[in-house]
Order: sequence, then structure tokens, then C-alpha cells
Amino acid sequence: MKGGCVVATYDKLIQVKNLKKYYNGDKIKALDGVSVDINKGDVMVIIGPSGGGKSTFLRSLNLLEKPTEGSIIFEGVDITKKKDENGKKLDIDLHRQKMGMVFQHFNLFPHMTILQNMTLAPMKVKGMSQQEAEAKALELLDRVGLKDRADAYPIQLSGGQKQRVAIVRALAMEPDVMLFDEPTSALDPEMVGEVLDVMKELAKDGMTMVVVTHEMGFAREVGSRILFMADGQLVEEGSPDQIFNHPQSPRLQDFLSKVL
Amino acid sequence: MNFITICENVVKLMVKYWDKFLLTGLGYTLSLAAITVFFGAILGSLIALLRMSKVAPFRWIAAAYTEIIRGTPMLLQLYLFYFGLPMLIPILNKQQFACVAIALVCNSAAYVSEIIRSGIQAVDLGQTEAARSLGLSQKQTMLSVVLPQAVKNILPALGNEFIMITKDTSLASTFFIGDLMTQCLLIKGATYLTIEPLLIIGIIYFIVTFVLSKVVSAYERRLRRGDIR
Repeated sequence: MKGGCVVATYDKLIQVKNLKKYYNGDKIKALDGVSVDINKGDVMVIIGPSGGGKSTFLRSLNLLEKPTEGSIIFEGVDITKKKDENGKKLDIDLHRQKMGMVFQHFNLFPHMTILQNMTLAPMKVKGMSQQEAEAKALELLDRVGLKDRADAYPIQLSGGQKQRVAIVRALAMEPDVMLFDEPTSALDPEMVGEVLDVMKELAKDGMTMVVVTHEMGFAREVGSRILFMADGQLVEEGSPDQIFNHPQSPRLQDFLSKVL
Repeated sequence: MNFITICENVVKLMVKYWDKFLLTGLGYTLSLAAITVFFGAILGSLIALLRMSKVAPFRWIAAAYTEIIRGTPMLLQLYLFYFGLPMLIPILNKQQFACVAIALVCNSAAYVSEIIRSGIQAVDLGQTEAARSLGLSQKQTMLSVVLPQAVKNILPALGNEFIMITKDTSLASTFFIGDLMTQCLLIKGATYLTIEPLLIIGIIYFIVTFVLSKVVSAYERRLRRGDIR
């Protein structure tokens, strides 16, 4: 795809500056001034109490939530602006293609087979031919051990299988970053492992990932950076060792004492 | 008058006037219902689109239309259209059937637009979010992801609307447009029998709506076949 020509590279894949999201005027502050840089290859895991703004932050990154204030600079473009610096209208669909997203409730399309779920966007958005898209989809399904379920409908799959399909559906668009919104929270306990394994594999391949999760084991083992968010703010940031073994703020110490 | 005589009279009337009931009456009733549902669905879709438009005044117009139609009696609307339309559009003068059909279409469209709107809005928001996060545009999301799922909510409700309309056409007999109820009134006038023609058209209405509702639920089961295993 890069075709040998010079492609601008950004160490800082996503720069978030002073991001705010208020509801009801300014009564509810879901995000209250969050700034963070997400670098290429980061596996950034966001932990924190419920209602602390983790999901809002993640959903803001591809503008599923419209931020009230602040900017998100993705691959050099501020996607919160309506127009880019040349005055051209900003096409958010173009940027969303490069950000894969995995949801808590999978959100597979129930009226399509697994294969159709996976080829829809590559064909409609990228203009891939059906053969090309299907070949790629089957290859990805093979990677997560679900090639033989290509013609099944989502309803026929277990939760863990659905989430694995959701992950490779996002990968089929060849995104530069993958956003995970509590990907294992809706799963039966015995299915959490199979989904986390796929995510670990992905991290090992060097994919940039932002993961909101309550799986502390995953955060400690796979995360390259841990963010602790509470009350709409970024309270503490650091390596897994710093966060889990040497927490500084009382808020984080309190949180860890409850979850570990 | 006892039960046996009534039954005898029903049979006699049916034999003598079967063409009035089954050909003319049922013909008018069903064609009026079909016209109403067909054009009501088209107009209703347009109103539903307006109702979900990004432009606020469009939403207001559609909402006002729906509320006014649903908030006034159908018989009143029939009278207004019957007497008002020919004054506005002279070509509709003496065209009772057309005036009544237009009134029914306008009435039905309000209900159909609500069926379509709620059918679309009943599709889980997560479906839209998933499609948009894959880079699909709003239009592509609507056409490939939301509408195919909304159709499963909409079609059975639309079938029920057809059944409702079939019965509601009886109100149109106020203007003697030839439907089942009109035939009933005509035969009552010709034979001085009151209960018997009413019983006959009651049975006909019931058979028609019963069959229609069975067809609708069979269709509904077929639509759901992909969902349940």
C-alpha cells in the first residue's frame, strides 16, 4: 500500500490536547481536560473506576463522541476541526478507516454472515473487489481460528467467537491504531482468555493499541503504558511497574487496593 | 323474530345479492385499502425522512402533520377532504372516491411514518457506531446496515396497518362510495332488513382481516428465520 513513495511518518500517532466533554451545559464533566500523546507501537491501557471517563475518552478518539473542547491530532490532522488547514472540508470517514474499533457488545451486523461482516467495509469504503476482500477476510479469520465459521451468522457464534470476529473485522481495514472499549466485559469468564490472546498476538505484531479494560492482568502483562483515569481526568500515567507496584496518587492507591 | 329466521334471511340475502357484497362491495373496500396503504407508505416514508432530517424546520413540519392527523377524528378528516378538496382543486368535483381515497392516504401516512421512524430507531445504536467506525459514510450505514434490519421491524407493522385500514374504509360509506358498508346500507334500504346485511358484511370483514393477519404473521416468521436457531 505504501508503494515505495515517501510517506510521512508520525512518532506521535495521536496527540490529544486538553480534551473536554461536558453534558447538560457544563453540569456533567465526563472529560475535564485530558492531554496525552499516543505513539506508534504503544499498547496504552486505560484503567480506572466506572464513570471516570475512560470510555468517553476512547470514543472521542474517533469522534463517536463529539468533544466539547480540545483537539485530537491524528496523523498530523486535527480531526476535531470542520476544515483542515487548506480550508478543505474534513472527511471524518477517511480518518475513521484508519482507526479500528472493538466494542463491548461486539456490534456485529446480525443480518450478514461473518464473511459479509468482514468484507462490507473493505468493499464499500476501499473499493476492493469481492474476491480480494473475501481472500483477505478468510486469511484474517484463519488467524483467529474461525475460518470454518465464515458462512455462519453472528447469532450462531459464542461471545468469545463474536469478539474475535469483531477484532478481525476492524483489522480488515488495515487500521493504524486499534481502539478497544472494554472488549471482554460482556463475555462469560471462560471466554475472556481467547479474546485476550488475540489482543496479545496483535500487540506482539507491533499494532498501536488503546485499550480500556478492567483486566488488570492484561494491563500488567501486555501494556506498554498505563493510564489511570478518574473523575474525567488523567490522574497518573506510567509503566505497568510504576502504576501497579509504585502508585503515587492516593486515588490510584485506593483503586488498586479494591481491584487487586 | 328468532334466530332461525335470521339465518334463513342471511342465506337468502347472500344468494340474491352475492355480487353486490362480494364483487362490488369487497372490491371497493379492498382496492381502497390497497390504494391507501400503497400511497400511504410512500407519503409516510417521506414524512419519516423529514422527521429524522438534520434541518429543524423539516422536523417541525413532519411532527406537526403527524400530531394533527393523529389528534383529530378520522371521520372529521373525511368530511374536510370530501367537501374541502373540490373547493381547492375543481377537477376533484364529484369525484367522491378520489376525495375519500386521498383523505385515507393522508391519514394513513401519519401512522406509517411513525411505524417507519420507530422501526429505524429501534435498530441498536451500536450498529451505526460499528459501521461508522469502519469508515462507512452516514448514507452507506443507513443503506447497508440500518435499513435491512429496520425492515424486519417495519413490514409486520405495515401489514397490521393494512388490516386496520381495511376496517377503517367502512367510515367512507358515509359518502356512499360503494364499499361493503355502502352495500349494506343499500340492501337495508331495499329489503327493510337491518340485522342480516350487517351480519353478512361483518362475516366478510372478519374473514378478510383474519386471513390477512395470518399472512402477516407467516411473513413475520419467515423474516425472523435468520435470527433464531
